[in-house]
Amino acid sequence: MTPKIRAQGLSFYYGAVRALHDISVEILPNLVTAFIGPSGCGKSTFLRTLNRMNDIIPGTRVEGRVFIDDADIYRPGVDVVALRRRVGMVFQKSNPFPKSIFDNVAYGLRVNGMAGSRSELAGRVEESLRQAALWDEVKDRLHESALALSGGQQQRLCIARALAVRPEILLMDEPASALDPIATQRIEELVYELKKAYTIVIVTHNMQQAARVSDHTAFFWLGRLVEYDRTDKIFTNPAEKLTEDYVTGRFG
Amino acid sequence: MRRLPRARSRGFEPLIERLLLACALVSIGTTAGIILVLAVETVAFLREVPITEFLFGTEWTPLFATPRFGVLPLVAGTVLVSAIAMAVALPMGLLSAIYLSEYAPHGLRRIVKPVLEILAGVPTVVYGYFALLFVTPLLQRLIPDIAGFNALGPGIVMGIMILPLVSSLSEDAMQAVPRGLREGSYALGATRMQTSLRVVVPAAFSGITAACILAASRAIGETMIVAIAAGQQPRLTWNPLVPIETMTAYIVQVSLGDTPQGTLEYRTIFAVGMLLFLGTFLLNLASAWLRERFREEYG
Repeated sequence: MTPKIRAQGLSFYYGAVRALHDISVEILPNLVTAFIGPSGCGKSTFLRTLNRMNDIIPGTRVEGRVFIDDADIYRPGVDVVALRRRVGMVFQKSNPFPKSIFDNVAYGLRVNGMAGSRSELAGRVEESLRQAALWDEVKDRLHESALALSGGQQQRLCIARALAVRPEILLMDEPASALDPIATQRIEELVYELKKAYTIVIVTHNMQQAARVSDHTAFFWLGRLVEYDRTDKIFTNPAEKLTEDYVTGRFG
Repeated sequence: MRRLPRARSRGFEPLIERLLLACALVSIGTTAGIILVLAVETVAFLREVPITEFLFGTEWTPLFATPRFGVLPLVAGTVLVSAIAMAVALPMGLLSAIYLSEYAPHGLRRIVKPVLEILAGVPTVVYGYFALLFVTPLLQRLIPDIAGFNALGPGIVMGIMILPLVSSLSEDAMQAVPRGLREGSYALGATRMQTSLRVVVPAAFSGITAACILAASRAIGETMIVAIAAGQQPRLTWNPLVPIETMTAYIVQVSLGDTPQGTLEYRTIFAVGMLLFLGTFLLNLASAWLRERFREEYG
């Protein structure tokens, strides 16, 4: 299988601090790839290099290359706006805009000039909310504020919002860490559904979650990629002693 | 929280506490005193002039032989100059706030913001003469039939004066918008301009509105610029090219003159002052209420 995303010797700096050391990894399409590791290990930072989200943090610097479909996203002249439309992102803390539910989902379509006619837009919003398994809960109050939704609903709204622009890749930065077990389960079911159509990369520090939802797992430690393999291998028979210590809960 | 036992405090601690309390009371007492004086004199004024004539009369000639006490010309003058000031300060202030908050590199913001705030420290009398001796002559070249005293020049200068207030407070409101909202917008492929205008400004809306109201209240209460450069002719007009008089300028005019205390003419300044106070007070209340609401949304 051709990798969807390929990082080559990627290093990342916050000012003088080197947060990622020479990461090389290949992520396959239509699979869920989980990044695990203790807090501060660089898994979120690495995730955010994949849609150049770190660009907006002043004083940061990237070395190395990231290819998506064989095109380097860090080469000069790349349209970052177009890149981010292809590589959607869901954040740890749900961040609905202070707008209506409908306008939240329609936002990405509108800013990208993809809104089309009123009925096309409404159709796209409904489709996205259905994909995010939120439609039935909000269909009667699409024009109420998104801030009135529960935490789990807000996070699914953010997923719907990301799906509306039809990205190819979905990056999820600890999408369930602030949610209760039931809301978490819904998100996990959703991830399982979505991988049919998307390439999903999910950062989590919940190892059970990684084991449940992912096909491949990458273990990060102190800004380095320690081990990357099939999820069952990482959790049952890791090659590195460090990985084994982490997944068996000896540190982290 | 458990309070420290009082016995432990040294001997001079209670003294300091009382001193601090006294300082606080001075300003509260002054405000109360001002309101009291305004109220007493206004009531005395309204005993001689019916409130309907005061509020709805269209002529303001209290110093003439046949005095008229319709405050509308003064209100119109105030509103006209303030509206011109807001028309200058609002777009420029908002755009500079967007630039400072969303575009400017961090280092530049740390320099530009204080420099902009220095504008607020220029004495208003300087602005007044700037309007009279620089801006108005400049306008006379563009608009030949503008009078030497007019509403437009001081209005523009007042707009420049309150610009830092609008931009600085709006920028604070935009900075308080969580970074996560911006990231959410960028992650959907929005540009910086789209993120600023469609996410940050709406999210900071009540804070920005509060800033604008505060600026409007500042414009309405501004005295020196209009007393110097707008003329002193109460006139019920929306024409910005002719001399007018604002409520504040009227108060200056009468209190500098030789109007004897206790007369009806003398009391007019308190009645006008009361109206001015009520107006700016309500605006400040609205502004504070909006800022409070904003804090609840993004605490």
